[in-house]
Parts: sequence; C-alpha cells; structure tokens
Amino acid sequence: MAIEKFPIEAGHVMMFARAIGDANPIYYDENYAKTTESGNIIAPPTFIQANAQFDPDYFLRPKIGQPWFGSGKEPTGIKPGSGGDTRGGGRGLHAEQHYEYHRHLRPGDVLTATIKPGKKWEKEGRRSGKLIFSETIIEFRDQKGELVITARGVGVQTERAVEQE
Amino acid sequence: MALKAIKLKVGDIHTERIVEDLKRTQIVQYAGASGDYNPIHTDEVFAVKVAGYPSVFAHGMLTMGMTGKMLTNYVGDGRLTKYGVRFTNQVWPGDDLDAKATIEAIREENGKYFVDLKVETINQNGVVVLSGSASARIDP
Repeated sequence: MAIEKFPIEAGHVMMFARAIGDANPIYYDENYAKTTESGNIIAPPTFIQANAQFDPDYFLRPKIGQPWFGSGKEPTGIKPGSGGDTRGGGRGLHAEQHYEYHRHLRPGDVLTATIKPGKKWEKEGRRSGKLIFSETIIEFRDQKGELVITARGVGVQTERAVEQE
Repeated sequence: MALKAIKLKVGDIHTERIVEDLKRTQIVQYAGASGDYNPIHTDEVFAVKVAGYPSVFAHGMLTMGMTGKMLTNYVGDGRLTKYGVRFTNQVWPGDDLDAKATIEAIREENGKYFVDLKVETINQNGVVVLSGSASARIDP
C-alpha cells in the first residue's frame, strides 16, 4: 500500500488547526510565520494524520458509488453479516499513535508514503472482550525523497462496545 | 519561545486546559479536516444503534491533536522531535480535558539539547484518556 501524493496545502493546515482548537498564527498567518524560527507556516504535529484524505484505499471515507456503513434511512448502510467490510461495524478503535519528526511540514511540500503492516497480537480485554491489535508503520518522504516523518499506529478491533465505568 | 536547558529541571510541569465542554461540532470539524469519517464519531444514530455506545465519541487523534497544542505552546513551534501516545479511555461530548507535560530528562547529544517529557491528559473525573511521551529540541 502507498500514498502517491499528499500535497501539504495552506488551507488544509488552517482547517486542521481550527479543528484541534489551536489559534497559533504560525499555522495560518504567513507574515507572522516569517518572524518565527521556522520562517514559514508549518503544520501542527498531528497534521500528518490527514494523509487519510490522500490514501485511495482509506476505508473510513465514503467513496462515490460504494455502500457506506453510516446511517441514512437505516442506522447502517451495511447490514452486519452481509459480507461487507467487518471493520465497518463500529468495533475498530485507535489504540496508539507514535510520530518521529525529522523535520516539520510546510505548505508546498509534497509527500509520498509507503504503508507497511507491522505486528499483530491479541489480548483479553476487561471491558470489551477479545482485542485484536494490529500495527501499521508509515514512512513519509518529501519531494526530495528525504524522510520527514515516521508514523507508527496501532489499531484495535474489540469484540463488543467498550463498557463504560 | 523555545525552552532553555539551563532554566529547566527534571520534575517541572506544564499544564493546560485543552478543551471545555467538547462539542459534537468540533468532532465533526476534526473528521472533515483529518479525513477520518468513521460514523462512530459523527453519526449519533450509528454510534448508539449499531455500535452500542451511549453517544458519538471523539477521535483519539483529536485528543492527541489538542494535547499537541499544549506541547507546542510549551516547547515552541517546530521543536518536537518525537510524540507518541496510547488512548486509554474514550473522550465524550461535554468532556473537559486537562493536558500535562512533566520533564523526565534533559540531555545533550552532539552539542544539541533535548528535553524528554511524560504526557498525560485527564478528563473532568480525573480519568486518564491519553498517556504518552514526547521529546523536543531546546536551547542551551
């Protein structure tokens, strides 16, 4: 799996900063950014997660002409057990996320990424039954082929909804 | 403003209230910006009737992003070299979150200075929702 082109765009960076409630002008104001150490707008540290927008295979984005598991007339567009993507049953959660920054992103960068599956393991959860963990490692490179960010994510499939205490 | 090694000591703490009364709309905003449209976060009907949760809940990555705001406010822009977390409990609409960074080490490597931080975010009931660590380049 791979992402062939993830362009870092100023408007996207601004919208992302708004979404995380960060009013820091370094994420949208070019004139302010010129006065800072980096000298240009940079992206917030977790912006890289928005690579999902540019991953053609990302399964948590409705795709034109394909069934979507969110509600419409019915609570879900895909009946459980109908043979659809089992990850669409609301049982998938994000367990861990780790980033290593070789440098910070700026508008104008164009990234490519290779996505590698990592380890898989199982555990019995106290509040959600059997847990199946799976790791993904993504290496992001810039337009010069230099490594900019290494991301290691861990997803978990729970047997049932996590009980609330 | 970047941190200075000379002014820091192990055990120093920085805390920030990163969100108060988290709104469903902010979760929707995060879905749109990040591209994670999992209906479990934005579609109350799906979250309750299909997934079996009391309501929608925030993306773990929204909590990591808001906690990152506390970190960059503390260590300065463009200074993080590592940031990693585990999501230990879910975050719900209406939650108030406080994020905390604690200095675990101050070190020098090839003439450059770094700080290692323990990171933790708790909700209004004192439950830890995110736990992890971060490192940043600092000034001498």
